[in-house]
Amino acid sequence: MAKIILPGEQVDVFTVDDTVDASLPVCLGPGLVQSETAVHAIQGGLLRSQETARHWWIESNKKRYVPAVGEPVIGQVTSRHAEEYRVDIGGAHTAVLPALAFEGATKKNRPNLKVGALVYARVSLADKDMEPELECVNPSTGRSDGYGELTDGFMVHCGLAHCLRLLRPNAAALTALGQHIPFEVAVGMNGRVWIRADTIDHTILGATMITRSEHVYGDMTTALTASTELDACRRLVKQLVQQL
Amino acid sequence: MPREVEPSTIEREFVLAALGQGKRVDGRTPYDMRAIDIQLGPAYGLAEVALGKTRVVAKVAAQVVRPYPDRPNEGQFQLNLELSSMASPTIETGRLSEEEVLVTRVLEKAIRQSRAVDTESLCLLAGEKVWSVRVDIHVLDHYGNLIDCATMAAMAALLHFRRPDVTIIGEDVTIHTLEERNPVPLSLHHIPLCISFAFFEQGEQLVIDPSYLEERLQDGDMTVTVNTHRELCALSKAGGAPLPSEQVLRCIQLATAKGAEITERIQNAVRASLDALLPGGQKGSGGGGIGLDR
Repeated sequence: MAKIILPGEQVDVFTVDDTVDASLPVCLGPGLVQSETAVHAIQGGLLRSQETARHWWIESNKKRYVPAVGEPVIGQVTSRHAEEYRVDIGGAHTAVLPALAFEGATKKNRPNLKVGALVYARVSLADKDMEPELECVNPSTGRSDGYGELTDGFMVHCGLAHCLRLLRPNAAALTALGQHIPFEVAVGMNGRVWIRADTIDHTILGATMITRSEHVYGDMTTALTASTELDACRRLVKQLVQQL
Repeated sequence: MPREVEPSTIEREFVLAALGQGKRVDGRTPYDMRAIDIQLGPAYGLAEVALGKTRVVAKVAAQVVRPYPDRPNEGQFQLNLELSSMASPTIETGRLSEEEVLVTRVLEKAIRQSRAVDTESLCLLAGEKVWSVRVDIHVLDHYGNLIDCATMAAMAALLHFRRPDVTIIGEDVTIHTLEERNPVPLSLHHIPLCISFAFFEQGEQLVIDPSYLEERLQDGDMTVTVNTHRELCALSKAGGAPLPSEQVLRCIQLATAKGAEITERIQNAVRASLDALLPGGQKGSGGGGIGLDR
């Protein structure tokens, strides 16, 4: 049973029972900060944990994106500069995407993104005092790993908690949709989801499925089991296929 | 505060391509409105209306004031729109945006200048005391087509509102509490409702009840205000692509049909809510009084 936490509340993450190895370091995720000796919540939501690994984080649904390193996002190019692109990722500030942060990009051979184009990128720098930075390449391998410019298709917006659900392996909404139509999807953690299917009809079906499936889950406190979740999503797709 | 960003190329091209096939990106056809949800009460004159994901709350309040010297026999009626950053993060609090001015003007035209509220019936003592009725409209969520949603909320709230009963003996005005006497409904001449259209492809393509994305991509828009008496109360078209006259007539016809549907839904919701609010025996003066003064 998850516990509801309000911002500012002190969270006890140190008390452990016998099942947990007390020598492991405590790992704090989104929404929790350490101050001196105690741990406090800096956002409201449900306290989640993986107690055996001593991982703790706060889960909540928001519409406003706060960039964090490593998260995939969908950004929109707002301006072009000599060495970089300015990209809107829905946060408080625009992000910087260096022109060389693409697979195989060199000074002479670099991608040409137009203003208004959408890119799927990874946040490579998120600091409270600096503008966020993005990259479309894995710096250790030099591969794009699926990041890059998005062409055709359509983009929809949804809550951040729903994006997280869609990013899970075997996400119910996408699995159920995949049984009806073939499609490509890119889920950004900033509340944007891009989808492309073979026809306009199918893309509309996919886009509506993604936005409507946000509400199959009910409120966050009642956790659905994987199979009921999938059943609910299957019913929704069937309903949408009939409607559209 | 994030600035408003133009829709991306992908969104623009897809919306237009889908419209070319007579489809809309949220699965509607061009002549479908989004789902309407009307919540009324628990207080008199409190309405929350949702049009798809767009949500607006309207609250009616009345107080006794001295009338304007040039209109001693008329009560006062005010509309007040609050569009804060709660509705959308791109709206800045404290600064009057162009959209806010535009929505307020259309609302004023639709409700106040079409004389929906009978201001003469709000007079208590000529030159001395009149009712001043104010409608506060708060936008909770802005997902497109604020105007339609705001008029629906305002009209639902006005229909639902009950002001305290008064007795006038000579110069003495007694205002009865809600416990002493059943409160009385406002006298409304008609129920104007706005129906908005967005145009694409230089006015060739038309959609009703545009979503936020469609509003940002449109070539032009037009808002038609109609009532159930098949009267055209107002028509506003602030710029955008010019329209052929057939298109304007078609919009008016569509709006009349939609307006009648919505009016009925609002009236049913008001009746249901008032029946629940008033104890059984008092329905006569309360729930039954929704009829229009006409």
